[in-house]
Amino acid sequence: MEHIRTTKVEQVKLLDRFSTSNKSVTGTLYLTATHLLFIDSSQKETWILHHHIAAVEKLPLTTSGCPLVIQCKNFRIVHFVVPRERDCHDIYNSLLQLSKTAKYEELYAFSYNPKQNESEQVKGWQLIDLAEEYKRMGVPNAYWQLSDANRDYKICETYPRELYVPRTASKPIIVGSSKFRSKGRFPVLSYYHKNKEAAICRCSQPLSGFSARCLEDEHMLQAISKANPSNRYMYVMDTRPKLNAMANRAAGKGYENEDNYSNIRFQFVGIENIHVMRSSLQKLLEVSGTRGLSVNDFLSGLENSGWLRHIKAVVDAAVFLVKAIAMESASVLVHCSDGWDRTSQVCSLGALLLDSYYRTIKGFMVLIEKDWISFGHKFSDRCCQLDGDPKEISPVFTQFLECVWNLTEQFPQAFEYNEVFLLQIHEHVHSCQFGNFLGNCEKEREELKVKEKTYSLWPFLLAEQKKYRNPLYNPDFLPELSLLEPNTVSFNFKFWRNMYHQFDRSMHPRQSVLNLIMNLSEQNKQLEEDIKELEAKIKQRNGQLDVVLVKEHQQSAHPAPVALKTPPCFKKEQPPIPGNETVRTIEGSNTADNRYSELVSEFSKAEPAVVSLEYGVARMTC
Amino acid sequence: MEFSELIKTATVENVLLSCAGLPAVRGTLCITSHHLLLSSCPGGDVELWLLIRNVDAVEKRLTGSSGTITLRCKDLKVLQLEIPGMEECLNIASSIEALSSVDSVMMMYPFFYRPPSLKLEEGWHQFPLEQYFQQISSQTSQWRLSTVNQDFSTCPTYPPAVIVPAAVGDEALRKAARFRQGGRFPVLSYFHPKNRTVMLRSSQPLTGPNRRRCREDETLLGTILDEGERGFIIDTRSAQAAKQARMTGGGTEPKSSYPQWRRLHRPLERGRPLQESFAKLVEACSDPSLSMDRWLGRLESSRWLSHVKAALSTACLAAQCMDREEATVLVHGAEGTDTTLLVTALAQVILDPSCRTLVGFQGLLEREWIQAGHPFHLRCAHSAYSHARLKQEAPLFLLFLDCVWQLSRQFPFSLEFGERLLLSLFDNAYASAYGTFLCNNEKERSLCKVKESTHSLWAWLNRPEEQQKLLNPLYSHNALVIWPSVEPQSIQLWQGLFLRWIRPSQHLDEAWAEIQRLVEENNTPAKESTGNRLSQSLSDHTAGMENRR
Repeated sequence: MEHIRTTKVEQVKLLDRFSTSNKSVTGTLYLTATHLLFIDSSQKETWILHHHIAAVEKLPLTTSGCPLVIQCKNFRIVHFVVPRERDCHDIYNSLLQLSKTAKYEELYAFSYNPKQNESEQVKGWQLIDLAEEYKRMGVPNAYWQLSDANRDYKICETYPRELYVPRTASKPIIVGSSKFRSKGRFPVLSYYHKNKEAAICRCSQPLSGFSARCLEDEHMLQAISKANPSNRYMYVMDTRPKLNAMANRAAGKGYENEDNYSNIRFQFVGIENIHVMRSSLQKLLEVSGTRGLSVNDFLSGLENSGWLRHIKAVVDAAVFLVKAIAMESASVLVHCSDGWDRTSQVCSLGALLLDSYYRTIKGFMVLIEKDWISFGHKFSDRCCQLDGDPKEISPVFTQFLECVWNLTEQFPQAFEYNEVFLLQIHEHVHSCQFGNFLGNCEKEREELKVKEKTYSLWPFLLAEQKKYRNPLYNPDFLPELSLLEPNTVSFNFKFWRNMYHQFDRSMHPRQSVLNLIMNLSEQNKQLEEDIKELEAKIKQRNGQLDVVLVKEHQQSAHPAPVALKTPPCFKKEQPPIPGNETVRTIEGSNTADNRYSELVSEFSKAEPAVVSLEYGVARMTC
Repeated sequence: MEFSELIKTATVENVLLSCAGLPAVRGTLCITSHHLLLSSCPGGDVELWLLIRNVDAVEKRLTGSSGTITLRCKDLKVLQLEIPGMEECLNIASSIEALSSVDSVMMMYPFFYRPPSLKLEEGWHQFPLEQYFQQISSQTSQWRLSTVNQDFSTCPTYPPAVIVPAAVGDEALRKAARFRQGGRFPVLSYFHPKNRTVMLRSSQPLTGPNRRRCREDETLLGTILDEGERGFIIDTRSAQAAKQARMTGGGTEPKSSYPQWRRLHRPLERGRPLQESFAKLVEACSDPSLSMDRWLGRLESSRWLSHVKAALSTACLAAQCMDREEATVLVHGAEGTDTTLLVTALAQVILDPSCRTLVGFQGLLEREWIQAGHPFHLRCAHSAYSHARLKQEAPLFLLFLDCVWQLSRQFPFSLEFGERLLLSLFDNAYASAYGTFLCNNEKERSLCKVKESTHSLWAWLNRPEEQQKLLNPLYSHNALVIWPSVEPQSIQLWQGLFLRWIRPSQHLDEAWAEIQRLVEENNTPAKESTGNRLSQSLSDHTAGMENRR
């Protein structure tokens, strides 16, 4: 690689971000074509993918060397001190180059080789089949059909080829409506609720300006409401704040005029735009990244960032949406400006509340494929896959995951997946290691030939789904297709420590209930399987005995007493159940990690003879 | 005084009771000397059985011929009673007000409560200080049990027996006591078996503006440290406040008179500011209409979580001095009955695994809160809702419970008891059928004959069927010190307490039950049942065989 001048630097220090005593580990830093690797003296490896790097910063030279701070998109922040300034400068320059990719073909996904053969690769891509998913929802049916209007991406480049529309929406109506919608994103089906016969549809804003009308678009909306036999009116949800939508009218865009559309109920729900969200996250990270914050500074910082307010707004919007469907059996059309950010958030979250399938591991993959990937959420722009416009970056998808996490906190038994699953997806949305999230829309991915040249993330996650399973999951938590009704009172939304401090171990609970319960339930399952296996063996054996017995019966009047023997299968050794010490290790339970050590260590400096603090990691074996 | 004088109307029919999260019920309301009862129909189920002492504030609103009484309870529950008849409503309200504010200890319910399943003396002498002293004396001979306070004359707020340095005689203790506020001379609070360091507690020295000294006090603290050894005095006031205390006769240990001791100031809030913080937090929690910004703002301005962080940090500092620096620690604030006990008790939970068991924790509360003279009667007279003029109320004990809860969140396997015990302790500290938290100190308890005439809470909690509900299914003994993180990101609002009656908790309870089930299934009985099932299927078959034969 032409960007790499120095591949290895020794005696580099890695500082602990939250330790007051400037605790550090020394090790060697390696720069590879895809990763930055740090191996400390205890052989612990820290891998950082170049694509994960959001920013690199070189701080002023200190006596111990040249500090290099790397901020990652998965909210990891590493602070190195490189002994020689020249090495630091080389690494800094290399990382600047390596973390900014100009062409898709240079992304990791195109060189990543997980040792799968071609048929496995193809099968991997077929794992999630959206046609199958629409069938599961119950379309096509008497009211909804598959439209071939966009088969060649002629009507809308950012939509998928296959779209479901009301049967009564003829091609001219579709074409007309698409011309009246921003980026041609006309109203299409996102989710169909079988029992209520109501639909979630999505589109972009109408090009209504102050007075423009479009008969086809009006017909389109009428077709949607007519495709719902149980309710005559439909909702149109504009997920933007009213003020923003009104401002758009000056630019020839805007929102639906209730007078022009028959039987619509129009509603603003006030989710802020990508720029507000970007700066909100920035503020949140500034707060959470500050060392030695007081509780009040933290809370006021959290408040000022507005982050949790935005999360609540998204969940509130989804709740509004599902109430219309579940309580009123009314169809809902959701849009924002372009219909690929807030619209994706609200539609997918709504479907998740309505349909328990999306609360399973596989179902969640399907949901992301459908409402985010296929409908053209601009992953490339929003996650800054290529060196592009920084104003296009926005944590819209992260917010979606955070909304889901908040729901899992409220309903610990309703989701098949756990927090680790959400974090892992977040990791890979930014890693560019798999093809799923590359580019901004399906058309782009086809042009990039991602299905031939890269691998799909989902089979890999599915293969290790044990890690992602919620041990408390109860599939019968709610009857199928009954609504999950979250309480959206403010106190139900919490700061997601495991997302924003995933890599700051000292801040976590020192013992993980999730891990313990996962292990327990794994062990229980294992026992259960053993029992079944043994029972089967007994049955089999007894069956054999039956045959023997019957034969013996026929042959002799005095069969040998069989049942008194100890069955040999009882002697089978139980699989060793991992002892508790593997499960219950506390990490970082060390006074040095914590804020309160400050004074004593300061104090200790005066009289160093008395101090002999051990900074080892306490390990608990029980 | 007779209770009947306070009860103006004893029964009212057709009262509608409503309570957040539950369907409203109509029935007959009945006031007894200590309880408020509501039964849905004659001879029917009792829907409400409320200890009147639990009522913190009574609000009445009259509309036409009927009225609504809102009862805000000390356990933070809020009840509404719709009472037909204006006069009845007023009578009921004033009866409840009068009964709930009876201040005489001997009139309180514990003196009348006689459950058939418990014996009066049970639980009262479960945690004698002698027992704790024996544990210490098996490891060191530097301490002795002194009965200098046998008749409560040396220190009215100390128990009759205290643990003091073996080298210091009772006479010296008496003199040292005169140099400490309220006579609370330094006594041993905790002996750390791991490295044999100790934690002491006391009240502030009465240095005063003239920098008074006391040779006995200096010797007392001096004998504890060997030559060249250091000790830390953790003062729970700011340096400024400690200095100012000299003007009113208090003060701190000057370096010149206590050369081996170093002072660390860690200001902890107490008294009225802490009570107001509690009230503000509860007020914020009971308003579900708050926007996110308002909610976070109110959470912040209540400052409760700051107090939690400060208490945890200070306790960790004390624990760190002992465990890591192997230094002796003396903790005191001003009176030595509030923040002092908060720090010493919390440090022990952090340091000592035996304080983290169900029974060990009760012993700790008994030793470091009840017998150590935390004035429960004064501090817990009112809870967060009261409109009454506050006297000496302050939720220090609640703050302690909250800190223990934070520990239980960060170390979910290291505490033998669960949230339920903490909630129950909070409830009982503020209003109880048991005598455990009555009065302000052992002297008062002895005068009121609390131990002879009331039941002990411990006797009730330690019945096997109660214990079962309090245990943490995930517990496994952890011999290590549990150092919590005190970053603001790690400090959480104790929703189980502050939102207990507000947030719907059904799903969380079910999940908890599921965890319990998984753990039980994983324990030996489950493995045994494996064997049972298998032998069952074997013997079924055998039986079938035999029948056939």
